[in-house]
Amino acid sequence: MAATQSVRRVVILSGKGGTGKTTVTSCFADLTQPAVLVDADVDAANLHLMLTPEIISQREFWGAKVAVRDPAKCNGSGECERRCRFDAITEERVYDSRCEGCGLCVLTCPSGALTLETVLSGHVVEARTPYGPLASGRLVPAGESSGKLVTEVRNVADAVAEAEGLSLQLIDGPPGIGCTAIAALAGVDLALLVTEPSASGLHDLKRVRQLLGHFQIPASLIVNRCDINPETTESLRRWGVEERVPLLAALPFDEAVPRAVRAGVPLTRFAPSSPVSAGLRQAWDAVAAWLQSA
Amino acid sequence: MSNRYPLTIGVAAGKGGTGKTLIATSLALAIAESDGTPVRLLDCDVEEPNSWLLLSPDEHERRTVDVALPKVDMDLCTLCGRCAEVCEVSAIARIRDKIVIFPDLCFACGSCVFACPVNALSEVPKTVGEVRTGLTPEGVEVREGRLAVGQMRAGPVTREVRTAVEPPLVTVIDSPPGTACPMQQAVEGTDFCILVTEPTPFGRSDLRAAVETCQALGVPCGVVVNRLDPGEPVPDDLSPEGVPVLLEIPHDRGIAEAYSRGEALYRAFPAWREPLTHLYHEVRRLAGTRSE
Repeated sequence: MAATQSVRRVVILSGKGGTGKTTVTSCFADLTQPAVLVDADVDAANLHLMLTPEIISQREFWGAKVAVRDPAKCNGSGECERRCRFDAITEERVYDSRCEGCGLCVLTCPSGALTLETVLSGHVVEARTPYGPLASGRLVPAGESSGKLVTEVRNVADAVAEAEGLSLQLIDGPPGIGCTAIAALAGVDLALLVTEPSASGLHDLKRVRQLLGHFQIPASLIVNRCDINPETTESLRRWGVEERVPLLAALPFDEAVPRAVRAGVPLTRFAPSSPVSAGLRQAWDAVAAWLQSA
Repeated sequence: MSNRYPLTIGVAAGKGGTGKTLIATSLALAIAESDGTPVRLLDCDVEEPNSWLLLSPDEHERRTVDVALPKVDMDLCTLCGRCAEVCEVSAIARIRDKIVIFPDLCFACGSCVFACPVNALSEVPKTVGEVRTGLTPEGVEVREGRLAVGQMRAGPVTREVRTAVEPPLVTVIDSPPGTACPMQQAVEGTDFCILVTEPTPFGRSDLRAAVETCQALGVPCGVVVNRLDPGEPVPDDLSPEGVPVLLEIPHDRGIAEAYSRGEALYRAFPAWREPLTHLYHEVRRLAGTRSE
């Protein structure tokens, strides 16, 4: 324990989806010394598409519980439907997507027809990539408990970091501010917010910033496709100054980015001299310096 | 005549940022104007709702969404620990001579209150979000759910948005990204789901997950392909077996700039009105085929 450096975790978040989190994460994976790479966007996992992974292990994650009815025992009292606060059960069926697995229906069923059963939520995948080990998760279709799956992926990442003596983790986060985002940012040292200069990008960014404030996690900012709306880019920069979310890079729209994604190679390796690669190198240097000093 | 039965259309994607809100808002406008039909747009992306921003309706109602958290009366409590036993998420615990409640973990399911043999637990409301309703000049009623920042669970707010009094003839639902519970709760029970995607490896991979999720929920779906390069045909793998392509939108700087300013496609580009109206008729036709 004493020999290992303290572990540093950086999460890449955005609020709004599709702003470039995964592209940025893949470049940082390329720019840093080997780090543990974590895909915490378990219901739309894409980081592996950029990192040519070789899968080492894949195991099931049984996380969620749902109510299951034995029709032979059901006496049609309707007690479950009346009691359930999640509209998850009717006389005909249980709606798994709404069932929270709270067990109130099980407790209150007069004929003991209901039980809670654990169901398959998804898979946790460990892989090796040229940029470092990758831990990711994949929700099964219509799977439940995505937040718990993220936490499970994070646990695997911690174990890999310890086993391989790696002191840095890069976490590609999900959009939004709900349970998966909260699971992705637990215990991180720094959040990098990737946004675009749009009315919705700014709106969503403010909510993520508020969430990070809640957990007292410092943040910095990268504005992607900054030339789509220079005025909003400027507002983002000013907002960053006021909110202490320093702007590390404003990246222009660059044709090389979609080509790198199509090739499945981080942009900083695919087109090292492109303007976006230069901006990302600068941003990563700032992050690395911050991690050293903090 | 076939246009007169109620219809609920979901707009989802899997991947974020492909244009769900762009399509949902403009589809709602197209329906209102072409049909003169009452339309309601439900923004179920309660973590990051943006439909309101694009449509700027006149607000006429705003309500909080509350859940009921347990509260213990220690004068009645016998410290039997039954509450902690029944709680599936360990949000209530007996610690020495106290009952401790962890509000952030609590699902507000009511199991502990039900299980307490001496009625020492009661419930107090806790606000987890809000729902506001407004009307646009075109006649689109917008209902937006907004999760309070710091809350983990979107379910109670999504449920409140979808529990609308008197459903209108057509409802359009703007879904959150991903394919997890929040998306499933937005899409389940709709008559048809439009999946908005883009011709990139990420778009393709997430579209596959979204199609599988719709199939698991028993909701038929079709695809809108956004940001196609000019002259680029729709790649075959963006319209999997039985999932038709409903509309193609080219990569266009003008559209991206208007969106960045918070302008709805339907309002900013009159040329797009006809294709969006056509999208509505296609969805009606496909959803109708299914119900026969």
